[in-house]
Amino acid sequence: MRTVLAVLRKDLMLELRTFETLPAMVLFSLATFVIFHFALGRATISGQLAAGILTVTLLFASMLAINRLFVADREQGGFDAFLLAPVDRSALLIAKAAALFTFLVVLEVIAVPAFGLLLLGPSLGPPLGGLVVLLALADVALAVIGTLVSAIAVQTRARDLIGPVIGLPLLIPALIATARGAGPLLSEHGQGFPPGRWLAILALYDLVFALLAYALFDFLLED
Amino acid sequence: MTTYGRGLRGLTLATAATLALALALVFFYAPLDADQGFIQKIFYIHVPLAIVSLCGFVFGGVLAIGHLRTGDRKWDMRSYVAIHMSLIFGIAALLAGSIWAKASWGHWWVWDDPTLVSFLIVLLLFATYQPLRFSIEDSERQARYASVFAIVAGAFVPLNFIAVRLAQGFVHPRVLTLTGGNLPGSMRLTFLVSFAGIVLLFTTLWKYELTVKSTRIQIRRLRRELLGDDAVRPLGRSAAPS
Repeated sequence: MRTVLAVLRKDLMLELRTFETLPAMVLFSLATFVIFHFALGRATISGQLAAGILTVTLLFASMLAINRLFVADREQGGFDAFLLAPVDRSALLIAKAAALFTFLVVLEVIAVPAFGLLLLGPSLGPPLGGLVVLLALADVALAVIGTLVSAIAVQTRARDLIGPVIGLPLLIPALIATARGAGPLLSEHGQGFPPGRWLAILALYDLVFALLAYALFDFLLED
Repeated sequence: MTTYGRGLRGLTLATAATLALALALVFFYAPLDADQGFIQKIFYIHVPLAIVSLCGFVFGGVLAIGHLRTGDRKWDMRSYVAIHMSLIFGIAALLAGSIWAKASWGHWWVWDDPTLVSFLIVLLLFATYQPLRFSIEDSERQARYASVFAIVAGAFVPLNFIAVRLAQGFVHPRVLTLTGGNLPGSMRLTFLVSFAGIVLLFTTLWKYELTVKSTRIQIRRLRRELLGDDAVRPLGRSAAPS
């Protein structure tokens, strides 16, 4: 646990000092909202369309972070140092997933209100609670799959390509659940809470892949 | 060195006989579908291909567990060949399904059918298996990473089907339900024979490819031992295990 916190602190401090990834993610999301405004030719959107655009934007923004997650560790020898240290290797998975989760939460704290301001027709207020639960579960999925895929991709020659190419199909079930769950929340006379089955699917997805990632991560570090 | 060639001749003959019997049954024994007519007969090829391909993907994941547990490269080879074959079977199933969809639903592609869409997603995921292997040069690491991918993707197959099925309605006829569906006896027999034929075909091709690959590796090793390192050309970068 101490290892996890140490690595997590290192990653967060690195981000606070360099400000590389998070501003890029936020700017990318805002630019995407503007593009969608012009591409769709609509001032406001609602319902399933709004849910889809929000989900897709967050997904692609998360790809930026996923691509960069292990790059510094590989280039600056962080991997070797971690392997030399007498600590549990799964700690790296948990710390990196936690760092990615934090990035995603910070991104959403800025991007979702911006989405409400720029594009969304109905008010964000009533469905906010349900949306937070839904996005938190989706963030776990993104963080787990993102860390696993990033750890695979960083050792390949074409790592910027391999990451999204593997990650996108793997994330499709989670995205279906997020987009469909958010659809009713963002409609004109929206419900306050997403349908239970989408939350159940997301939770199941999170659980299965978290366990798999925990079991398999060691094999990605052996050298 | 495992010998994959053992029993291959008998298996090949059994496959050819079963497939011939299956085709004979499809064309001369199974009745014409009252609703769809002749085109419904593609069902006897399309459904077994799709089921075998999905099972092959999961099978590849199970074999990959063997590789990670033992570290023995032969399991990686088996997993690779299983996924490779399943990809080919999967594309064939998709093409057959598309032809059937055009004939019976009027469109080449139908989005509101969960089985079709899940199948496409699974195929898209496994299509990245070869590029992933190809982009890792070190062959030991290639095998290890490919195994991790195969296990994750194998677990993804059922989960994906649950998610997509919930997201959409039901267009595919639920022919193979646990309660036995509503297939008349003659159609059921024909289907089972075709299914057995496709399973045998998959097994035969799997063994053939393994035989060829392991023989090639063995020949390289023998040449190197007998003629020296210069007699063996260095391998190029490859997605296949070596």
